[in-house]
Amino acid sequence: MKDKKYIFGGVIIFILIATFPFWYNQGKAAPPPELELTAAAKAARVCVRSTEYMKAEHMQLLDLWRDSVVRRGDRTYVNPSGKEFNMSLTNTCLDCHSNKAQFCDRCHNYASVDPYCWDCHIDNPKENT
Amino acid sequence: MDSSRRHVLQLLGLSSLALTARPVLNAFAKEAEHTEEPKAVIKPNKKALTAKQWAMVIDTRKFESADDVEPLVEACDTIHNVPHLKNKRHEIKWIWETHYHNAFPGKAGQFLSEAVEHTPFIVMCNHCENPPCVRACPTKATFKRESDGIVLMDFHRCIGCRFCMAACPFGARSFNYRDPRPFIKETNPKFPTRMKGVVEKCNFCAERLAEGQLPACVEVSEGKLTFGDLYDPESEVRELIRTHYTIRRKQVLGTEPSVYYIV
Repeated sequence: MKDKKYIFGGVIIFILIATFPFWYNQGKAAPPPELELTAAAKAARVCVRSTEYMKAEHMQLLDLWRDSVVRRGDRTYVNPSGKEFNMSLTNTCLDCHSNKAQFCDRCHNYASVDPYCWDCHIDNPKENT
Repeated sequence: MDSSRRHVLQLLGLSSLALTARPVLNAFAKEAEHTEEPKAVIKPNKKALTAKQWAMVIDTRKFESADDVEPLVEACDTIHNVPHLKNKRHEIKWIWETHYHNAFPGKAGQFLSEAVEHTPFIVMCNHCENPPCVRACPTKATFKRESDGIVLMDFHRCIGCRFCMAACPFGARSFNYRDPRPFIKETNPKFPTRMKGVVEKCNFCAERLAEGQLPACVEVSEGKLTFGDLYDPESEVRELIRTHYTIRRKQVLGTEPSVYYIV
């Protein structure tokens, strides 16, 4: 073990570099974004599903909606409490959440996700009419 | 290895215990299911129009000039956010007019009746019963919908390879060589636009049928176009096909187009 100091020195340097982002950013976590609800969304109180479900699963829900509408043409969603919704991102989701910049984008930017929904779907139907 | 009588008996006992474990676990699993919240259900719209195979009959005798065609194309383009690109090679077409000898190559004689010679022929996707575009698509982005026979596009899935365009014998598909948004005069917020790099075509107004409305071109055509179920002997389209001589585009290719023309 003649090269002991080189080996351990190297390992320590490697660990320092590998963990650099963690200790450098410690205590500096960006605060989670505040989401603003529109008046319509506040008045409705509940979304298509519970808030917890929507927070965690809205992408799966939208994926399900997309396949159902595009592939099978089934466009009515009945949620567990029996309320019916037209399955449409532009006409149902964004009808209520018409503030994409303060609602969708804030969280997506925070989580650094870049969904390509808006390449085709019109992001603010109310502004355009 | 120790294979004493005692050891073998122990093993046997343990195995028989393991066999009884499964039904017990199943019983527990069933109990857990009851506490799960009720599932959401997806169903078709109550007002939706349905058919086995949607079809269209175009009465070309009622078309005299481009003025008869324009409102139909206009209605379709505004509803579906179809861009108007000046460059012919970038053009996006869902429904358009053409000459008889382009619509029906092989059927045009050297000399034609004056009426046929000057009539604008409306053409669009034929929603074939045996669609070659669907077979060509490597991602199943285009598919024939089982429920009503419409040949549809899933734009989310289109990778823009244009095999379908090569496969379609009717030139019914267009490719977005450019971002279409700047070329849409008035955007209909209820319908999505497309993006650069996807193929698009007529969808027989699947989104309108789902809400109980007839296709836009049929609605504004004032009876020049008729829409209905090809497999319903009582339908309006079948009645027209029964009582008139109709032709279809490039029938010899065997794609079985669902758009019929009364000449």
